[in-house]
Amino acid sequence: MTEPDQKHTPPPARTPVRARPAPVTLANALPWILGGLFLLAMPFIFQSNSAITIMNQMAITIIFALSYNMLLGQGGMLSFGHAVYMGVGGFLCVHIMNWGDVFALMPLPVLPVFGGVFGMGLALIVGSFSTRKAGTIFAMISLGVGELIAACSVIIVAFFGGEEGISGDRTYGLPFFGVEFLHQIEVYYLTAFWLMLSALLMFLFSRTPIGRMANAVRDNPERAEFLGYSARWVRFYSFVAAGFFAGIAGGLFAINYEILTEENLNLATSGQILLVTFLGGVGFFFGPILGAILFTLLQTVLSLQTEIWQLYVGVLFLATVMYFPGGLAGVLMMHALPLRLGQAGLLVGPYIRTLVPAVVCALGAASAMEILFHLRHAALGESEMTLFWITFDSHAPLPLAIAAVAAVAGFWLARRSAPAMAEAWHKASTPHGGAA
Amino acid sequence: MTATPGPPPALEIAGLKKSFGKAEIIRGVDLSIGAGERHAVIGPNGAGKSTLFNLITGRFPPSSGAIRLHGHDISGKAPFEINRMGLSRSFQITNIFPRMTVFENVRCSLLWAQGYRYSFWHMVNRSRDLNEGAEDILEQINLTERRDLPAGVLSYAEQRALEIGITIAGGANVIMLDEPTAGMSHSETDYIVNLIEKVTENKTLVMVEHDMGVVFGLADRISVLVYGEIIATGRPEEVRSNPKVQEAYLGAALEAEH
Amino acid sequence: MDLILVNLIDGLVTGLLLFMLSAGLTLIFSMMGVLNFAHASFYMLGAYFAYQVSVYLGFWMGLLIAPPAVGLVGAMIERYGLRRVHQYGHVPELIFTFGLALLIEEAVQFIWGKDQIAYNIPEVLQFTAFSIAGNSIPAYKVFMIFISVAIFLALLFVLTRTRVGMIIQAALSYPRTVEALGHNVPLIFMGVFGVGTGLAGVAGVIAGPVLSTFPGMAVVLGSIVFVTIVIGGLGSLWGALVASLLIGWITTFAKSYNLRMEDLLTGIGFSRPEPIWDSAWADLWTLTSPQIADILPYLLMILILAFRPYGLFGKRDV
Repeated sequence: MTEPDQKHTPPPARTPVRARPAPVTLANALPWILGGLFLLAMPFIFQSNSAITIMNQMAITIIFALSYNMLLGQGGMLSFGHAVYMGVGGFLCVHIMNWGDVFALMPLPVLPVFGGVFGMGLALIVGSFSTRKAGTIFAMISLGVGELIAACSVIIVAFFGGEEGISGDRTYGLPFFGVEFLHQIEVYYLTAFWLMLSALLMFLFSRTPIGRMANAVRDNPERAEFLGYSARWVRFYSFVAAGFFAGIAGGLFAINYEILTEENLNLATSGQILLVTFLGGVGFFFGPILGAILFTLLQTVLSLQTEIWQLYVGVLFLATVMYFPGGLAGVLMMHALPLRLGQAGLLVGPYIRTLVPAVVCALGAASAMEILFHLRHAALGESEMTLFWITFDSHAPLPLAIAAVAAVAGFWLARRSAPAMAEAWHKASTPHGGAA
Repeated sequence: MTATPGPPPALEIAGLKKSFGKAEIIRGVDLSIGAGERHAVIGPNGAGKSTLFNLITGRFPPSSGAIRLHGHDISGKAPFEINRMGLSRSFQITNIFPRMTVFENVRCSLLWAQGYRYSFWHMVNRSRDLNEGAEDILEQINLTERRDLPAGVLSYAEQRALEIGITIAGGANVIMLDEPTAGMSHSETDYIVNLIEKVTENKTLVMVEHDMGVVFGLADRISVLVYGEIIATGRPEEVRSNPKVQEAYLGAALEAEH
Repeated sequence: MDLILVNLIDGLVTGLLLFMLSAGLTLIFSMMGVLNFAHASFYMLGAYFAYQVSVYLGFWMGLLIAPPAVGLVGAMIERYGLRRVHQYGHVPELIFTFGLALLIEEAVQFIWGKDQIAYNIPEVLQFTAFSIAGNSIPAYKVFMIFISVAIFLALLFVLTRTRVGMIIQAALSYPRTVEALGHNVPLIFMGVFGVGTGLAGVAGVIAGPVLSTFPGMAVVLGSIVFVTIVIGGLGSLWGALVASLLIGWITTFAKSYNLRMEDLLTGIGFSRPEPIWDSAWADLWTLTSPQIADILPYLLMILILAFRPYGLFGKRDV
């Protein structure tokens, strides 16, 4: 992991001045201030209710993905059951909403804390036996526990509400400075506040001794044990902290949607957060944030355009695992060095020569898929379809041929210029590569 | 230097045995190493030197016997418990945190010793002792200039130096080094030997080593382990002239050196 | 007594079906260290491939063609996908197979649609083989048992009597030594992955008609197969067999005998609260064994992992 703030510590040269405790510098705080301002400004740019709903969903997914990355990226624990901690936190919050006497005395913004504590409580129990090992055994236990609790949702009806789930009403809470959270925008600011707070806390957690040791245990659990740390307890504390923030996300989910069902607990949701986190990049703190934004956009925007959007997401995910294990954040950070060396300009030409054909290839392939899908699954007799604002007959061979040719030609061109791009990147990443 | 009466020896091993299945690898080892002593364990390949190390440091539990650190029994304890009692080790195969920076590697090795334990209310960047301590270690192992690189990209010799840095960082008073110069060139070996001398001053050092030059240059006393048993312990010159040792092992090695 | 016999047969069918999946999964894991999350997806592919073949050539050609086709797909995925991820370690491999499971499900929906397809039992086998006290046992169940046992025996033969089997067995016990013996390990990996997924394909071909063939069929079975090999002990074929049968019988019996928690609780001296739906413990009182049948394997797995991480028959840690 590259730690962005480390380059601000003065280099320990011959001078007696050594690394001082780093004060909170402007450079350190700037991303957070910008992030906060950005969150404040967003509703003024996107004013529609649906946009605000999407942003709320994004914020919840970001918290959830950051919490997930405390396990996968920071601690090296692959979980197939993280949805459970978010889910139970959310369920508890809906129960509190329905507990009129208590809820009437509680301002709504406090509610997620209870979700967090409940998620943490469950993580305490499960973590006590699941964190003994990382890797495959942890993954298996997380899957088993996840499936177990998801299956329990139809059995323990009192808490999970059976198949229809449970629902509540957020507006019965104690008004918060006169705000009753009737409007979507009020919920947005509540969610944004919790997003900032949780993200900051999770970031700071990664800077604590236990957060650092989580990385050490991820890299080499055995060595960590010979430094005085029990790998198991380091994992356990990370796991419990991750459970807490997942619970916070669950509480925000409860506030936003006012209903929780089995879907909030099951393997599909757990798997989805793995996908989101990995797409964004597990190696950097901001990776899951990118992943959550990207995925929510795909989920809300792309799904309106095409029925087979999940197929594209699946392909994108597999391609990421195979070719870009650092995810989107990893790809972006590959350019940090060329930028610092002032040699990013070297990349522009090769990038255009490779990426433009690659985009053509992707669009061609996607068009071919869409045409084939339409051909196979459209209602009988319906042969007209619209793609990229062009309406044509999906049963005619020509459109399919055009799409196929675009895909193949794009692929061929991109492949031909890919080595040059790789070379340009290496050159741009070597000091004085441009001069040599 | 021999074990002094009064305070218990830094490390004391009595009747230590270890079997894997039917194979008995350590067949009754007795050894006493005084505080401040530099002790080398030598022996032919497969004699059980690494196993002995692994038993002492808690990587494997012994089958029988006692291991005492400053008089406290540590046999069967977990590695992290033994480490907290003041014993630290390095590994024959470099064993660092490859994806963390060099600085971070060293800083993590200081955390427990400086009392941070499982703290989630301290910020590691804000502790002066921690960061200065880490810089100190980096300076001692000559890796200051490499501090922000991921440890995995260092050269082999640098990784070995970092390995030693991680081992000594916590301030343990008993240091165990498993073949610190394995696979190194002459100049690299000299560099590491100097480093070991420098960083283990006033500490108890136990090391496994194949390079006889290093052993005879560094060690106050030497133990020779053959087939899971110690056949001789003593000052370098005593061991060198011990006929049993010459027969079993040293003779050949010494001849080869001339 | 008769009902027990019927349940034994039903549980046997489920168990053997599970075994065909878990055998391949455990083989792949032992050889490659990869837990193939997408294993049940190959089972689904088996059913769909067989359906597609059966449309043109009938059920029996489907049974013959689909499993090798699935195995081929598996081998190609190993060659061009998994092998690339192998360098990053086991966790990324697990993530890869997880993504693969998603993708296969989407691809199946893309080609065959979201609905159940009409993949049916062949007419030759649509009769009652025999009946026990009024419970008829369809011939297809007998056929399933027959096929599963035949596959099991064939597997046993290959593993114990052939050269390839010897290598695989050696790899099961001493994973790192096989390479040292000079065998072409990547080829063996590809072969084992192909055979393992092909076995899952067989299971899909014969289970598709009775358990219904739809895009969610992999998810239904996927986790259970995982659970089976963990309970049996990763890397142990006998463990996989025992755990498969165990799970088959436990779930079948739990479903067909309506054991009620109420009876148990009153039996040990608690009195039933009235009215039951007002009680805080209502869910506990109304619990019945069919309700929990499907979660029993997960409970079993968690107990096993917490107390005996090697599984019932495993020698290696997970």
